[in-house]
Amino acid sequence: MTLFEKFGQLLVAVAIFAAVMGVVLFVADRARGRRADLWQSIAFVAPAILLLLVGLIYPALRTAYQSFFDATSVGFVGVENYMKIFTQPELLLVLRNTFVWVILTPIVATAIGLIYAVLVDGSRVEAFAKSLVFLPMAISFVGASIIWKFIYEYRPDQQGIQQIGLANQFLVWLGIEPVQFLLLTPWNTLFLIIVMIWIQAGFAMTILSAAIKAIPDDITEAANLDGVGGLRMFWYITLPSIRPALIVVVTTISIGVLKVFDIVRTMTGGQYQTSVVANEFYTQSFRLFDFGTGAALAMVLFVLVVPIVIYNVRQMRKVDAR
Amino acid sequence: MSAVTLRRPSRTTTLLSATLGLSLVLAGCGGSDAGQQAAKGPECEAYTQYGDLSGKRITLYTSIVSPEDQSHIDSYKAFENCTGAQVVYEGSKEFETQLVVRIRSGAPPDVAYIPQPGLLGTLVRDTDAVKPAPQQVAANVDQYFSETYKSAGSVDGTLYAAPLGANVKSFVWYSPQKFTEKGYTVPTTWDEMVALSDKIVAEGGKPWCAGIGSGEATGWPLTDFLEDAMLRENGPEVYDQWVNHEIPFNAPQVSAALDRVGSVLKNPAYVNGGLGEVSSIATTTFQDGGLPILDGNCFMHRQANFYAANWPEGTDVSENGAAYAFELPPIDPAAPKTILVGGEFVAAFSDRPEVQAFQAYLSSAEWANEKAKFTPEGGWISANTGLDEANLVSPIDKLSVEVLQDEANTFRFDGSDLMPAAVGSASFWTGMTDWITGKSTEESLTFIEQSWPK
Amino acid sequence: MTVLDKDTGTKTPGPDIAPASSAAAAAKRRLSSPWASFAAIVIAVLWTIPTFGLLLSSFRPESDVKRTGWWTIFSSPTFTLENYGEVLFGGSANLSSYFVNSLIITIPSVLIPIVLATLAAYSFAWMKFPFRDTLFVAVFALQIVPLQVTLIPLLELYVGGGLNGTFWTVWISHSIFALPLAIYLLHNSMREIPAELVEAARVDGAGHVRIFTRIMLPLMKPAIAAFSVFQFLWVWNDLLVALTFSGGTQDVAPLTVRVAELSGTRGTDWHLLAAGAFVSIVVPLTVFLFGQRYFVRGLLAGSVKG
Repeated sequence: MTLFEKFGQLLVAVAIFAAVMGVVLFVADRARGRRADLWQSIAFVAPAILLLLVGLIYPALRTAYQSFFDATSVGFVGVENYMKIFTQPELLLVLRNTFVWVILTPIVATAIGLIYAVLVDGSRVEAFAKSLVFLPMAISFVGASIIWKFIYEYRPDQQGIQQIGLANQFLVWLGIEPVQFLLLTPWNTLFLIIVMIWIQAGFAMTILSAAIKAIPDDITEAANLDGVGGLRMFWYITLPSIRPALIVVVTTISIGVLKVFDIVRTMTGGQYQTSVVANEFYTQSFRLFDFGTGAALAMVLFVLVVPIVIYNVRQMRKVDAR
Repeated sequence: MSAVTLRRPSRTTTLLSATLGLSLVLAGCGGSDAGQQAAKGPECEAYTQYGDLSGKRITLYTSIVSPEDQSHIDSYKAFENCTGAQVVYEGSKEFETQLVVRIRSGAPPDVAYIPQPGLLGTLVRDTDAVKPAPQQVAANVDQYFSETYKSAGSVDGTLYAAPLGANVKSFVWYSPQKFTEKGYTVPTTWDEMVALSDKIVAEGGKPWCAGIGSGEATGWPLTDFLEDAMLRENGPEVYDQWVNHEIPFNAPQVSAALDRVGSVLKNPAYVNGGLGEVSSIATTTFQDGGLPILDGNCFMHRQANFYAANWPEGTDVSENGAAYAFELPPIDPAAPKTILVGGEFVAAFSDRPEVQAFQAYLSSAEWANEKAKFTPEGGWISANTGLDEANLVSPIDKLSVEVLQDEANTFRFDGSDLMPAAVGSASFWTGMTDWITGKSTEESLTFIEQSWPK
Repeated sequence: MTVLDKDTGTKTPGPDIAPASSAAAAAKRRLSSPWASFAAIVIAVLWTIPTFGLLLSSFRPESDVKRTGWWTIFSSPTFTLENYGEVLFGGSANLSSYFVNSLIITIPSVLIPIVLATLAAYSFAWMKFPFRDTLFVAVFALQIVPLQVTLIPLLELYVGGGLNGTFWTVWISHSIFALPLAIYLLHNSMREIPAELVEAARVDGAGHVRIFTRIMLPLMKPAIAAFSVFQFLWVWNDLLVALTFSGGTQDVAPLTVRVAELSGTRGTDWHLLAAGAFVSIVVPLTVFLFGQRYFVRGLLAGSVKG
């Protein structure tokens, strides 16, 4: 394909999309009569829902179906695949790791993002300071994993051999023996989590910083007049005001963490007891050709997200009730 | 014009090839444009059997990526020019998983290079997307390849995939220069090798270094080592029983073999020269595992012939150079020499005539020599007996081919590549990784035995 | 440190910034002990050093990268552009073609989901129709469906539709995968807009299409822009979708596919990986720096206040 053809395709695609959406909105706008509202709603929601039906719901249902079948999706095996997940020590380990990930990452990343957002808020170098922490977001997961693998790189403590990984160099400077970070079970999972935190803190900071700036001035001024300041201001005014944003951030990071895949795959390949559900799904399905177990693992992810969904629904209800 | 004359151009051949080249261009055979009419020049004589494939496209999917892919792409040029077909090459490091995705979605490539026979078996049994090898390919395989390779490319008695490249795994890398310096000699038996190791320890050195890190495949170099030890400890028959799961994975013979590996790699006095303690073997990448040999931080490193690619540019890899390899010695000097080999295979997912023609070409002696010719730095060999040793440039490649073509040797294919994927590319790797990081022989072997699909 | 002190935030990097003296600023005034500044600096340094080290490494010769740490460059500086040369011009394929592919993949993959998600978010927030809340929860929950689950079913459909190996597959896939999160986030910010605004317009007889285009879109600009930047980063940095659906050929494959192969069959070529990472980072970084001002108002707020 020539450059010209490629851009041609791009323009055609954008034009088609614009035309379709234009027609849909135009028709929706013309809708009259008792059912007009309903037709308009459909015009607004249907395109997205259609895509989701095909692209996510259909695959999800298929996965659910496969999870009750054997490796090649031919013979029905009932809940055997699930039994396997909850009895095999290696797969139990995978579940344990996933729990550690999903608990630690959102909390720490959000906390760091929030603290940093508050600390640099209104500072003269705010924009610059924020870009520094946001920078990892601009790097792909694979790229970030490469960076950290380099940091954890290990060289033995021997004559004539220097550390090339920063983490171990620090240990050496402190007079401690260098450590094989990625091999150090169970701590190695934590070292992988650090990478995710490093990436996601920027996301948390960006959104929370915006939320902080959106707190109405009258609230802060009133509090100021009452002599509230410092830490108390933070606890009693800032935190409650940005609660919805906090929920969004924690939710988004949690779901992202449940799906974490590239980091584990790039850094340890799921070895040394660091595998997580999303990575194990990929391994089981595409490398071991066990589509049954793979599908059952994916279903575990679906189940794990239920508490998060319920919490969000309750929060939304609360807001509606207000 | 044969490949051989092209390699060492004398004035006459240069002139000849220039004239020929010109005439071929005139005849329409010199360009790389695939759409044009197939040529009938003398250079194309060997290719007439494939017929006129003008305008046909063959998609090829492999795990070989830049820069190693270039010599492959170049090696199809003659085929493309003479038949008019076009080979669309695609290499990816995610090959193994992506191939499964593509097959399952109904969009397989025409041809794929399968790195392990085990994967081939799974694909044949689980998806029946793989086409049996056509007549011509079968004939080529019978003519040019040994039984070991033929059976590795067959599933349940049917030949599906012809062998492509090969590797010789039973090598120990060392530095001839350092050996001479220190007055060491290449050991010819296991005991001599242990004696040499002890001598090095006594002189304050570390004899061995190793690295098994390889991303999600971490652990595979140890599976090779164990297979080599199995062959030497128990002989090829027991080895076959073990690979076919006729004896359990944790049978006493296997424990004995693994303990023998352990007597080298788990011996803190022996390893891990320049890299750390025993457990550092797990995190050192296999690519870096042998490099301390160059600095004299260690002296021996068991790894296949393809390790040659990992020496830094400019390293003299030859019999008296900075690095070279000797065969992993036998335990019983009287027993026949056993060599562990590996290789990749050409599977087709289409039986269109042009695809079959391309398969036939890849299994021919012409291709093997063409490929060797386009790999001027060396680092590639084939088990194709039609491969002319004169086309190989690097000493280690020549040595590997000599070993492969030596009729006195007994060959066995890499067992982990033959085992079911759940073992061969999963639990065997993790089991070995756990073993080197501290688990006992019994525990590790039992773990692998339990993962064997029922 | 004084840089982070005082200044209560009359800085307005963006057009729609909130007036100064925010709660955080007030809180910070009390917090601006040396310790607070110190903490901020520690975080900033911790977050920057890994990338900085890789940047330095990308300019160091291969042998140095493999033997000594990048920090030794300050005592014995040796720089080379060789790594970048090899990354950009090594190998058979022309990097610029991959670069173009990345652009062509990214633009519709940002545009399409943003438009669809904004529309859907609007209807979930402001329209009334049966099963609205149930549907919204369902969409929200779909965020969890891992990409890997969809690979085979989607590719099957594309193969059936004859789309395989074209840009269309990548565009459609990215759009689908972005929708749940986009709808969730935009819905959240859409609800921050005061109901009176919408109701007043309704009373004036404006239809939903008009309210959406005349009132919502302008108000939602910062949120949409902020999400666009995120979506841009995700698409630009994606490997798995491109790998599966683009078919990896030079015609369609993006930069990430190429960079992933840079390290060749050897995984430890830090010098190449480092240079490759920075080649692919240039565009997203630029986009971020230009889009940064939108983050000030952020994803979750309409611009009513400013």
